[in-house]
Amino acid sequence: MNKSLKLVVVLTGTALLSGLILAALNIYTAPRIELNANKVLSEAVGYVMPAKKTCDVKVINDVTFYIGKDDKGQVIGVAFVAEGDGFQSRLRILVGMDPDLTKIINIKILAQAETPGLGTKIETDPTNKTDALWFHKQFSDLPVGAAITVVKGKEADKSKLQIQAITGATITSKAVADIINTAIEKNRAIYLKKVK
Amino acid sequence: MAKSNVTLTSEFLKGLWKENPILRMVLGLCPTLAVTTSAINGLSMGLAVIFTLVMSSLIISLVRKIIPNEVRIATFIVVIATFVTVADRTIAAFYPEISKALGPFIPLIVVNCIVLARQEAFASKNPVGRAVIDALGMSFGFTLVLLVMGSFRELIGNGTVFARQIMPLSFTPWMAIALQPGAFLTLGFLIGLANWINAKGKKI
Repeated sequence: MNKSLKLVVVLTGTALLSGLILAALNIYTAPRIELNANKVLSEAVGYVMPAKKTCDVKVINDVTFYIGKDDKGQVIGVAFVAEGDGFQSRLRILVGMDPDLTKIINIKILAQAETPGLGTKIETDPTNKTDALWFHKQFSDLPVGAAITVVKGKEADKSKLQIQAITGATITSKAVADIINTAIEKNRAIYLKKVK
Repeated sequence: MAKSNVTLTSEFLKGLWKENPILRMVLGLCPTLAVTTSAINGLSMGLAVIFTLVMSSLIISLVRKIIPNEVRIATFIVVIATFVTVADRTIAAFYPEISKALGPFIPLIVVNCIVLARQEAFASKNPVGRAVIDALGMSFGFTLVLLVMGSFRELIGNGTVFARQIMPLSFTPWMAIALQPGAFLTLGFLIGLANWINAKGKKI
């Protein structure tokens, strides 16, 4: 066989075979991977709106709203993903709110890659033996008439919309509050105008 | 190539110590430094490399005689990339938690120099059995170091190993070891330790 022809045949053959294997694998794994992602999201939606029985998904102005309903079809809450920059990574936070978007029900951190052992405490804090989820639980049942602020070094006053910062991760703590503040303000306008 | 005078056992063992990819050849440091924040991360990364390296060496060794010299690197990379993608998708499908923790470092095995180096230096010049044994030894050596580093950094940085509390609760975790500087420190001390043991062995 001609030498340069051999180069072409071998490399093309290898690439074709590789493509074939990967295509076959993808057919098998893609639905599973999607299922995993959906499961994570639906569990998160269930967590931020514990009272919901069914959930409608509505996309308004490129924002996806998860509208939770009870068994009578009554809207009991709205959830959306708030996204923004933390200290060193992109934070994605699912925020569950009441139907009028005036009060947070629960929040859930969907994605973060903050400093291990410090910023990661926004998700779980293994050093807090009483409640590893204490940080994001501070947002639960928080009425948000005004912006949430972060305090450090003193007790947070929930009636003044204050959140206790994580020691050593003030920027991450503040980022979580800021991202939620911005998202609520923006999404409240969109949602109340289009749906109500 | 010295083929006949090297036993298969020593072909396997050389990867664990004498030619350990991390401690002796100082290859593949990017994943070594980045993913060893905990024991489970180090172990999963090691397992993915074992799979990729063994499968790639097997295939490359099988077809070593028909690969033209001019396109050998390109062919190696295609074969390696295929197996890395297989590993990545399989982990994502069945172990989403590990996939999330390791993030982009599984796809990055493609450019891990250990894998390519073993194809170029060994699998493409040796029969199948020997190539697989070599790949096994090298990847086990890699995994072992990752496991040691991951366990140590998790123990000092978080007080746990494989998420199990080892240190007394009064122990204050030494956070820096779990962070980036700790990766360099741990690796430096490990390589130093390996060199020291070797130097001592030579004297006796």
